[in-house]
Amino acid sequence: MAVFPTLPKRFHGPSVWMLYAVGLVPAASAFYLGATGQLPGNAVKEFEHLLGLWALRFLIATLAITPIRDLFAVNWLRYRRALGLLAFYYVLMHFLAYMVLDQTLRFEAIVADIARRPFITIGMAALVMLIPLGLTSNNWSIRKLGQRWNKLHRLVYVIAAAGALHFAMSVKVVGPEQMLYVAMVAALLAWRAIRMRFLRSKRQQAGPIRSRPATEKAAG
Amino acid sequence: ATSLKAAESPYKIDEPVTPEKDVTSYNNYYEFGTGKGDPAANSGAFKASPWAVKVDGLVSKPREFGLEELLGFPLEERTYRMRCVEAWSMVIPWIGFPLAALLDEVEPLGSAKYVAFETVVRPEEMPGQSGFFQPLPWPYREGLRLDEARHPLTILSVGLYGKTLPNQNGAPIRLVVPWKYGFKGIKSIVRISLTETAPPCTWNLAAPDEYGFYANVNPAVDHPRWSQATENRIGEGGFFGANRRDTLPFNGYADEVAGLYAGIDLRANF
Repeated sequence: MAVFPTLPKRFHGPSVWMLYAVGLVPAASAFYLGATGQLPGNAVKEFEHLLGLWALRFLIATLAITPIRDLFAVNWLRYRRALGLLAFYYVLMHFLAYMVLDQTLRFEAIVADIARRPFITIGMAALVMLIPLGLTSNNWSIRKLGQRWNKLHRLVYVIAAAGALHFAMSVKVVGPEQMLYVAMVAALLAWRAIRMRFLRSKRQQAGPIRSRPATEKAAG
Repeated sequence: ATSLKAAESPYKIDEPVTPEKDVTSYNNYYEFGTGKGDPAANSGAFKASPWAVKVDGLVSKPREFGLEELLGFPLEERTYRMRCVEAWSMVIPWIGFPLAALLDEVEPLGSAKYVAFETVVRPEEMPGQSGFFQPLPWPYREGLRLDEARHPLTILSVGLYGKTLPNQNGAPIRLVVPWKYGFKGIKSIVRISLTETAPPCTWNLAAPDEYGFYANVNPAVDHPRWSQATENRIGEGGFFGANRRDTLPFNGYADEVAGLYAGIDLRANF
């Protein structure tokens, strides 16, 4: 009963690789424009800001996979690792742009920023927390860690909250754009709090009337 | 923008001028939106002519100045550094005249200690002033001490790059105080009042711990959220050039203006 047309199985693998390729386009095109002097105004800041914004977008997309499956019975779980890793890559590039292009490797200033500016401290904390998640985003780690993998990867909730906060705290006036991102992250985190109750009531409603295939239940 | 004649001036710094396209496309002017490109994109409907500036308060001869009168002051070209509080900077060839020349016309009273400025409020022409989300309370207000206002470096600008001011840069008339952060340079001025007490200033009211009344460029006093020790020069070096440079005390104008603040703790009075 999928709302969206289902992708034929033979395209599943290639579609994930497509996502990696398409996901890196914003960074690549902005880098090209910046490096060739075609980004207007403050090219470095524009690039840095774009990378941060896309990091937040990919984090939000990663967190949206579960509610989409719960609410619309669309299973995009196969894209979640790619989305999460894209978020990680964008956060890394965001930090590299800040360190190399913006601060031009003035390490004293960078360390002072991270230590003293709350919004940068929070952003840095998100980056540090992302590292173990990025390193364990492979089948071997999932097998090896078992249940602990799930526990570890719940860190993404803290990371997304930190990312949204970092964005809101970085601007002079919190405007509709920042509010939108904070609200999206808040809604996605809130879903985790009510999710179990939602699934239980859904199962109770569906249960006695018609039995569901076991696969769908296992996917919850 | 139409071309504008101006006399040469000794106030000309020896640094490459920022490209005109950057000066006219990378702006903070929240009346037209909070994005850097918003002022250029959203100021097309703004009518900078006809215009009048009302000068009142503690003066013997309060009056209005029409645009033609303002353009009639002896205009000079002044190439100044412009340092934004957001840690970026430009070098801009302004055209304008000393604020002191205008103040002389209205004869401030002995009791006048400060000068207050106000930007126009026109929600129908300034999209940032209408709608659900408005970033600041209007009108935008700024202020100077009278001696700062009378300093020869302080000008009212009516143009840049040999032309009248584009709307996104504060047409038709704006304040330029080169040793202070850019937000002190109030745009599209409609009122100048001489007062006895320090006037309210928009950013100072919005976040008093981040934006002081003086707002003198000072590399030793950080903004709470970022360092002010260095700055990014816009339009210079692109991605890989060494475009981050040290910020100078009073934006490089210390010789001229440091004396104004003798005996004042600049850390407390930021």
